[in-house]
Amino acid sequence: MSHFLAPVFAPGFFASEAVHIALGVGALAAIVTGAVGVFTVMRGQAFAGEAFGDIGTTGGSGAFLIGVGPLWGFVVGNLLAAAAMETIGIQRTRGRDLATGIVLGASIGLAALFLYLTTTEQSTTGATITILFGSVFAIASSTVPLAVLLSLLVLSLILTLYRPLLLATVSPEMAAARGIPVRLIGVLYLFALALAAALAAITIGSILGTALLVGPAASALRLTKRPLIAMLTAAGIGIGAMWLGIVLAYDSYEWPPSGHGWPVSFFVVSIIFILYLLSGLPGRRHRRRDTAERQPPTLQALPESR
Amino acid sequence: MVNAWEVASIVAVVAGVVGFFTVLRGSAFAAHAIPNGSFAGAAGASLVGVSTLLGLGVFSLAGAFAIGLLGRRGRHDVATALALVMMLGLGALFLSFSEEYAPAVYSLLFGEVLGISSNDIVPTAILGALCILAVAALYRPLMISSVLPEAGEARGVSRWRMEMLFLAVLALASTMTVPVVGTLLIFSLMIGAPAAARSFTDRPLVAMALSVAIALIVVWAAIAASYTTNWPVGFFVGAISAAMYALGRGWAALTS
Repeated sequence: MSHFLAPVFAPGFFASEAVHIALGVGALAAIVTGAVGVFTVMRGQAFAGEAFGDIGTTGGSGAFLIGVGPLWGFVVGNLLAAAAMETIGIQRTRGRDLATGIVLGASIGLAALFLYLTTTEQSTTGATITILFGSVFAIASSTVPLAVLLSLLVLSLILTLYRPLLLATVSPEMAAARGIPVRLIGVLYLFALALAAALAAITIGSILGTALLVGPAASALRLTKRPLIAMLTAAGIGIGAMWLGIVLAYDSYEWPPSGHGWPVSFFVVSIIFILYLLSGLPGRRHRRRDTAERQPPTLQALPESR
Repeated sequence: MVNAWEVASIVAVVAGVVGFFTVLRGSAFAAHAIPNGSFAGAAGASLVGVSTLLGLGVFSLAGAFAIGLLGRRGRHDVATALALVMMLGLGALFLSFSEEYAPAVYSLLFGEVLGISSNDIVPTAILGALCILAVAALYRPLMISSVLPEAGEARGVSRWRMEMLFLAVLALASTMTVPVVGTLLIFSLMIGAPAAARSFTDRPLVAMALSVAIALIVVWAAIAASYTTNWPVGFFVGAISAAMYALGRGWAALTS
């Protein structure tokens, strides 16, 4: 068996503890982002998801500045940002991107300041790059229990909210008519998104976090319209992309230019991107060029109009 | 210092004009994704040994077209997010091939306004003028397509073509601004100033002029504050832009 698979799995792949942690935490992140991502895509909040990944830099560098664990910085920073977005008005479709953009711009400015203030002692660039690109092979085993706890928190939040959140996403008017507190549900969902992005950023880096949040969920929603199945499909796609990416990155130590491997994030992002393109193929010939017909009217991303 | 002043003023004018349409069209995500993703082009350019400007230009245009093409057949924010992560993934790959490039990432992300040399002024001014000319040439169809897309279609203004053209202008603006002020700073300017301006007035040309004025105030104040405190310009641009937006929202709440 091991001889047969030797060309795929380079020697030492299954013995390395770093690989075990990478596979485990990668799968965990894929499950959480898959579950949250389906709602993110349906609600048209991919920008917020991506923004939380970047805003994590602010929280992380702020935590570093005052000397607490980076995870707390990520979590608190993202929750504060979620509250700010909500205050500005992310709940309305119109101006949603603006609410995200204003908060993102301000918090990136803060990140520049925090990084500047810590730069006297530490390598600023190193910190920026680590948070942006992450490094699945360098996850400290002490991070794992916290990551598991955070994942369980996000998953239970999403599953508890599932029915009202789904209705509030598909048809806010009907949800409101049934007495569902649409705005509160929206805030709770935004908190779940913020926590999921924090988890992803601290473990696999914010690029991969965004890729896992949006790509698998969007592909899954092209294949099935049923949200629960889409969540499972998204988690499956995410885990598959993550694991294949890790295997390829491990193998790539042998590839040119020799001496160091290719980054995991490149492989995973490419796989997710290709899967998204492929997921658009089934049923393509039934579609008209008019994209508006493809999506249920309440779900489509309406162009801004005044 | 004088170089920084001149280049930042050019950038502010372009950000004010292009940003006005960005806010009007709800394209804030694209305005974040194109400059941010184009840094991969800079990393790639240093790898193959061509000029940074060329790398940035190629990648921002490629990103803009990817967003436009993918967005035609799927959700727009999903398309933008995937185009962004794909570019960043490529950037990670390029960075891993050329180790020595890493420190330059910080300056591309956050900008080094005070380190601008006089060599930067001419290319920035030319590209900036191109951006303004493009917006001026597209002004009427772009406006109708942004505000009333259906009416635009009825008059023969293709919504999709306008989207592609606008994204190309955004890519051009990114190419010129990223090397001098960084990806993050241009985003704050492009969103904060026009959003604030729109709170003060509904008339498009007045709002655009106001947006340019606010962007100029933001960069001038930020450079002055950065010069005296030694804190990064990006922080002041982000903070002052957000404050301007809060001011606009307060004004709108008072007058409505």
